[in-house]
Amino acid sequence: MWLDPSNPQLNTNGELHHLLSLEGLPAEVLRQILDTAVSFAGVTQREVKKVPLLRGKAVFNLFFEPSTRTRTTFEIAAKRLSADVINLAINVSSQSKGESVLDTVANLAAMQADMFVVRHAASGAPHLIARHVAQDIHVINAGDGRHSHPTQGLLDMFTIRHYKGDFNQLRVAIVGDILHSRVARSQIHALTTLGCPEIRVIGPKTLLPAQVNRLGVHVYPDMHQGLKDVDVVMMLRLQNERMNGALLPSAQEFYKNYGLTDDKLALAKPDAIVLHPGPMNRGVEIDSSVADGKQSVILPQVTFGIAVRMAVMSILAGNS
Amino acid sequence: MLAHPPDHHPFSAQALPDAELLLTNLIEQIRPHVTPETGIVGIHTGGVWLAERIHAALGIISPLGTLDVSFYRDDFTKTGMRRHVKSSDVPFAVDGARMLIVDDVLFTGRTIRAALNELFDYGRPACIELAALIDRGGRELPIAARFVGQTLDVPPTMSIELTRNTAGTLALQLSTN
Repeated sequence: MWLDPSNPQLNTNGELHHLLSLEGLPAEVLRQILDTAVSFAGVTQREVKKVPLLRGKAVFNLFFEPSTRTRTTFEIAAKRLSADVINLAINVSSQSKGESVLDTVANLAAMQADMFVVRHAASGAPHLIARHVAQDIHVINAGDGRHSHPTQGLLDMFTIRHYKGDFNQLRVAIVGDILHSRVARSQIHALTTLGCPEIRVIGPKTLLPAQVNRLGVHVYPDMHQGLKDVDVVMMLRLQNERMNGALLPSAQEFYKNYGLTDDKLALAKPDAIVLHPGPMNRGVEIDSSVADGKQSVILPQVTFGIAVRMAVMSILAGNS
Repeated sequence: MLAHPPDHHPFSAQALPDAELLLTNLIEQIRPHVTPETGIVGIHTGGVWLAERIHAALGIISPLGTLDVSFYRDDFTKTGMRRHVKSSDVPFAVDGARMLIVDDVLFTGRTIRAALNELFDYGRPACIELAALIDRGGRELPIAARFVGQTLDVPPTMSIELTRNTAGTLALQLSTN
């Protein structure tokens, strides 16, 4: 059995072999991950927070770009599945000696790796690795450039489903720097596949991709209009390097127009939930009173992220 | 669903024992050996249906537990993750508990091995007994049930499973593998 040429994440049985992007994944695959994650969430409440599914497997966290939350939750997830976890922060080791990504991966594969979790600043790096690894190795994209961050998208879907039940009645707003956000792209693909009828993107025109409406979303340059009557508000992180360039006048200006405050949140439905992938810039894209308020589900997102990553790793490992 | 007509095979749906009668018999076997504090755990899905009935019939106070042993199966690397994994839920303290595992069909013993491993990740029970509606033989591990509704010599090419209709009535069903 080998991979489907039209979607190299799936094997010829339609099962997930790598997780590279949520784009093009069938709803059935997304739902299997979310359903399996529900069962793993129960495991983490027990005396022994471990199951033996990946016993004897070696999971390599290859982080070519720094990350704390994502790397840590992948590490915890792999350990709770009883895998052996090896963390590599590659920007400080072989890359600085000039070794290519594929050489690094080939060397690690020779150390009997079973799974690579890859974070890279270049879009497409996990796809490149997936194309070159042996058939029995699985690759998970932990965020590549502006392209995709599938496990973040999945944990956001898990969080929404946990609080809101189903997607088919929901109005969801994604707010902030859509242009540079791999998280937003993954969220839009997942929400669309899972049947969310109304997705809004809110942000300054300079931070919206030129043809974002082709993805089937509604564009709102005005946050007050965009938040009206939404069920879910998904905030994005504004990256520091964007704040003082040509795209944005200043962080203060951004906060005034697009920062989520109690006043603006009051325009959404009274039971709307607020998500943020972290790390947060308090006082830039979100006010502390919202981040710490009763509608915030930002910390539960982190907890759910472990169960979702356990589900992804165990489903991939089982589809050999 | 039968792949072979009944005259070609010793088994047919008509010849199968009545699951409701077997359950009544099983409950009476168990009754003298439990207390209201016994921790009863059913294995998804048939074992949970039986455990619900046993739990109610014996007036057990300790809340009913359920196990989906998918995360502990020894054939995971061969078969992968099952599509519809249910959540395990053991809502009582396992440490020091006297427990009863309930399953519909006891066969190779591998499901029970997985269930035992999972239960020990909740704590250290005082003892664990096993009840099965059908013991079809074919054991591959040193596991035996203390309480059995009936032993039934099901051919290895066939599966037997418990079903439940909308009225809650239990029945046994044969199928070919």
